[in-house]
Amino acid sequence: MSAFTSKFADELIANAAYIGTPGKGILAADESTGTIGKRLSSINVENNETNRRNLRELLFTAPGALPCLSGVILFEETLYQKSSDGKLFVDILKEGGVLPGIKVDKGTVELAGTDGETTTQGLDGLGERCKKYYEAGARFAKWRAVLKIGANEPSEHSIHENAYGLARYAVICQENGLVPIVEPEILVDGSHSIEKCAAVTERVLAACYKALSDHHVLLEGTLLKPNMVTPGSDSPKVSPEVIAEHTVRALQRTVPAAVPAIVFLSGGQSEEEATRNLNAMNQLKTKKPWSLSFSFGRALQQSTLKTWSGKAENVKAAQEALYVRCKANSEATLGTYKGDAKLGDGAAESLHVADYKY
Amino acid sequence: MSCFKSKFADELIANAAYIGSPGKGILAADESTGTIGKRFASINVENVESNRRALRELLFTTPGALQFISGIILFEETLYQKTASGKLFVDVMKEAKVLPGIKVDKGTVELAGTNGETTTIGLDGLGERCKKYYEAGARFAKWRAVLKIGANEPSELAIHENAYGLARYAVICQENGLVPIVEPEILVDGSHDIEKCAYVTERVLAACYKALNDHHVILEGTLLKPNMVTPGSDCKSKAKPEVIAEHTVRALQRTVPAAVPAVVFLSGGQSEEQATVNLNAINQLKGKKPWSLTFSYGRALQQSTLKAWGGKEENVEKAQKAFLARAKANSEASVGGYKGDANLGEGASESLHVKDYKY
Repeated sequence: MSAFTSKFADELIANAAYIGTPGKGILAADESTGTIGKRLSSINVENNETNRRNLRELLFTAPGALPCLSGVILFEETLYQKSSDGKLFVDILKEGGVLPGIKVDKGTVELAGTDGETTTQGLDGLGERCKKYYEAGARFAKWRAVLKIGANEPSEHSIHENAYGLARYAVICQENGLVPIVEPEILVDGSHSIEKCAAVTERVLAACYKALSDHHVLLEGTLLKPNMVTPGSDSPKVSPEVIAEHTVRALQRTVPAAVPAIVFLSGGQSEEEATRNLNAMNQLKTKKPWSLSFSFGRALQQSTLKTWSGKAENVKAAQEALYVRCKANSEATLGTYKGDAKLGDGAAESLHVADYKY
Repeated sequence: MSCFKSKFADELIANAAYIGSPGKGILAADESTGTIGKRFASINVENVESNRRALRELLFTTPGALQFISGIILFEETLYQKTASGKLFVDVMKEAKVLPGIKVDKGTVELAGTNGETTTIGLDGLGERCKKYYEAGARFAKWRAVLKIGANEPSELAIHENAYGLARYAVICQENGLVPIVEPEILVDGSHDIEKCAYVTERVLAACYKALNDHHVILEGTLLKPNMVTPGSDCKSKAKPEVIAEHTVRALQRTVPAAVPAVVFLSGGQSEEQATVNLNAINQLKGKKPWSLTFSYGRALQQSTLKAWGGKEENVEKAQKAFLARAKANSEASVGGYKGDANLGEGASESLHVKDYKY
């Protein structure tokens, strides 16, 4: 095969397939300290380690939530944190049948000579860090590459840099037992049409899979985390069915069947939008040789955060809000969501932040 | 989309899907004048136009055979030939719901600085030629790129040149209403094992689909004609059909987007029976296969037929029976239903491998 021979091959393949189990998906709880600070300040909560720990404990111990999840992505700090009764979060997740994941990139930097395009850093010493994370219980990793649509963007240069950065990250992960989530996010910012988004998404994904092939990545042991194909944030909205059609067609044109699961990012979509769009994709009758599921951050946590507002007396209600969204998305992966989730405060609120940076 | 907007888009998509209909496949009857000459020489038949016409009439009018065939690839000469009673071959095909196809490449030339690696020529004026062929009734085209496995082959240069030549040919075809068959043949010559063939096949196919994307080709309106993944012709260990099937399908799963409606295998140097049995194993394999998996066979459909015919009028019926048997067997193989019971014509088990095969 063109894939390298990894001693972790069987485990990578099994874990990647498990993440794509029908009815399950990923909770992205890997906000960096800076980013979680913005979330906490929006609900007037101080950004300290205790509060960060409390939030994640709220999420991971929410009754009924873990059965809807196959994986949770963590920030490094969280990988080593414990619940208030002293149990490691990774153990809580494992016991709940959930694979712990770890964000391994170190953010973006601008590419000189471009109009604000970026590349993602984090390759230095990545192998050693992956080893450590595996020892701490992580079984998958995530690396976010970012592209934007503009008059002359994304440039061939930024597509190449981001695709080859993703591929190098992916093979280093596999050398160390972590399933790499390949995330080439094309920002929703702009006034472009859904057709433009489709063209760019297809071009970017084609480049990613060429890069992964060049780097000898074992596709059966990877996951893809793409944007859905939608109009730009400044363009008129379209129905979930139209989003589903364009998205699935783009994937049919670029993502090999060897990839077990595609776990969509929610971008700036509201909780309810993200669920409905995922549901529409799973209802579409057409060739779909990969699971189609979720890897949502904001679109799983928004109502939960608002309900909690940092107060212990709100924890139970906040956990119920999380369960509602987890269950709705679990149904969406099966195409059975009826649109009847109790809309929590903010569930229909757009979560779009222009030029989003973690 | 990243593909270009073609006025022929719907037709291309419908024709490509039709070629992949379950139970059907392609007869590759596009041997150039030189190549058919070699076949004739092997059965002591003179290489003249009337004999070339007679052979193709024998094939295309075999009672009951065309129901197993969705397309026939023709050489340019044949596109304009008629049956003995004056009917254009393309009309015979159309009436039997068989799409006529046309070979459009002009053979291979060596790449300077490589160890005998080649690129395929034929892009000059290709658009105009495709237009003409469409007017004459053709609805799909074929272009054969050739790569080989060696100590340092295929080189990155050979892979790039052949992939980008295929992509340029493909989009020109689509601009003119012809479904392009994308054929990146990796020759079976060599002593390499099946893993090496898998490795090279995956690398080559990944390059092809990147090139097709770069050239804005509509994948739903294309077909792929790859080699199966097998050990080299001189490899000490042979592989069972199930092993060939597993390696082949895995290579395709890793590289061929689901948007491609059908994969139509070339037979390389395989005997008629091997090619059928391997295709059958491929279709029996349980796993993700979001494209039809069928045949585009030349030698592996015609070998026994040629031998039975020997150029003699009195042998036509016998020869047609041989052709029918292979067409039916491959039709069954394309749905995983071949029981191995085709009447083996003379030569059906004979390897058809010719070293460093050139058309």
